[in-house]
Amino acid sequence: MQTVNESLKVTKTRPSKHINYTATAVLAVLGIFAILGPLYITLMIAVKNPSDMTNVLSWPKQFNWSNFTNAWQMTDFPTMFRNTLFITAWTIIFTIITNSAAAYAITRNRGQSKFFNALYYYFISAMFIPFNVIMLPLVREVSSMHMDNDFGITFLYIVFGMPMNIFLYSGFVKQIPVALEEAAVMDGAKPYQVFFKVIFPLMMPMHATVAILSFMWTWNDFLMPLVLLSDPKQQTLQLAQYVFQGQFSTNYNLAFASYVLVLAPVLIMYVIFQRFIISGVVSGAIKG
Amino acid sequence: MFRRNNMRQAKKKINFTYYVMVVPMALLFFAFHTIPFLRGVFYSFTDWKGFGSWHFVGLRNYGYMFTNSNIGSAYAFTFKFAIAATILVNVIALLIALGLTSKIKFQNTLKAIYFLPYMLGTLIVGFIFNFVFGNMLPSLGKFLHWGFLETNILGTSHAWIGILIVTVWQGLAFNTLIYMSGLQSVSPDLYEAASLDGVTPWQKFWKITFPLIAPFFTINLVLSVKGYLMVFDQIMAMTSGGPGNSTTSISVLIYNQGFQGSQFAIQSANAVMLFIIVAAISLFQLNVLNKREDRIEN
Repeated sequence: MQTVNESLKVTKTRPSKHINYTATAVLAVLGIFAILGPLYITLMIAVKNPSDMTNVLSWPKQFNWSNFTNAWQMTDFPTMFRNTLFITAWTIIFTIITNSAAAYAITRNRGQSKFFNALYYYFISAMFIPFNVIMLPLVREVSSMHMDNDFGITFLYIVFGMPMNIFLYSGFVKQIPVALEEAAVMDGAKPYQVFFKVIFPLMMPMHATVAILSFMWTWNDFLMPLVLLSDPKQQTLQLAQYVFQGQFSTNYNLAFASYVLVLAPVLIMYVIFQRFIISGVVSGAIKG
Repeated sequence: MFRRNNMRQAKKKINFTYYVMVVPMALLFFAFHTIPFLRGVFYSFTDWKGFGSWHFVGLRNYGYMFTNSNIGSAYAFTFKFAIAATILVNVIALLIALGLTSKIKFQNTLKAIYFLPYMLGTLIVGFIFNFVFGNMLPSLGKFLHWGFLETNILGTSHAWIGILIVTVWQGLAFNTLIYMSGLQSVSPDLYEAASLDGVTPWQKFWKITFPLIAPFFTINLVLSVKGYLMVFDQIMAMTSGGPGNSTTSISVLIYNQGFQGSQFAIQSANAVMLFIIVAAISLFQLNVLNKREDRIEN
């Protein structure tokens, strides 16, 4: 986080000659056509009538808002939204609490204890295991324990995020001076108090990064819900789109209205927190 | 005196609280990650169909992988796809990052636009591009009388290019961001010194910029290859592996045949093989690229 901020400052003070208008133009044109273009198309299709589809790019003759209400009902949007929100919110909350504590315990004791050092390498090496490798046996195990529901999947997101998160948090904990903890211990704080009162608040930038990455993962994930959620009532937004796509592939307007409904929460969040999200992902990725 | 003694003891003996913080999570991780992994490895040596009885068959499943044409073509497709996607994404991302970090107008807005695709779920991006390939481009092709655009690319033997385009579209954002933070960490003094020495822009890039952003190149390359070898979502959204088997990646094959095709044991062997390949390539890349970085630093 700090290095990113410093480097941003460096760019600002870089001796500025003149604005590169060629680069500006190329990037603007490319960005508008290649990135905003598909999103514009999506929105246009979502608000049109099927008869108004001869020119997809044109402004609709009349706005057909009923596409949204129909898609809302057909995909059972409120239920799917609630399921996805439930999974995402609990995953983020518990991931932050449990994974940061585990990373802290591991990082502070790696030097003295072979056990903690081994745990560190145990988690880090799991980063190389693709989900597909554990998928087949995991689905058997989880369904035999009756955990093939949103509680189970939330639990798995919290557990499966550990390799990456321990890596991220561990890099951050190393930068926190041990002297701070020793001072707290001198004042009579127990280790759990040291963690929750001193370390946990100091980890805020990394909590933000982990929260953003967990959000992106759980909100957009498709494979894990696909193999684990058997009850249609417990499906997530992404999975509902997949099922819905198969059933109503002919009515594009309805399908696209449904896509807009799923993309909207993420887009709104991005517009509001955009700078924060970008810097959070950078600091996470560079540590990773 | 008493106090000091206590302190010394605390230093030697690790407090119980630390174990409470990590051991339960480690056990859960073992139960839900390591055990399924070991089970997968175990099943890969059996003839289990996912139900009923089973026997040990030794390495038969692994031998079968080399003779089965479906598995062979899945590997061929996945490698072709991963290599093409990694090269395209990294080259284009580096170009965009160079553009975005140069002195341009609307810098923050453009950064925000270029990072946008990262936020969108791959599945829905795939659905949107399905429409673009299936309806928009063919009608444009008919209008312009461009034969190659008139058919839906996803229904032809070039379907993999369609999937590649969507993957690059979405994958660029993340890689661009990493390269940007790399480029911003390069000290402007170096460029000033270089411009006094009269180097060309081409030399400036290869002799100064590129060596200094090498660690960021390493991260991007390792993450790209690892990610694209496991390509799944966009294929399920766009072709379901077709036409024929032409876009069936290893992940799609494991999913299809492992869950529905009663090839549980064979696909377990396939999954183990995928793990070995991903781990070996990642470690190889980290090793080779880190060594090269060391050489540059010295």
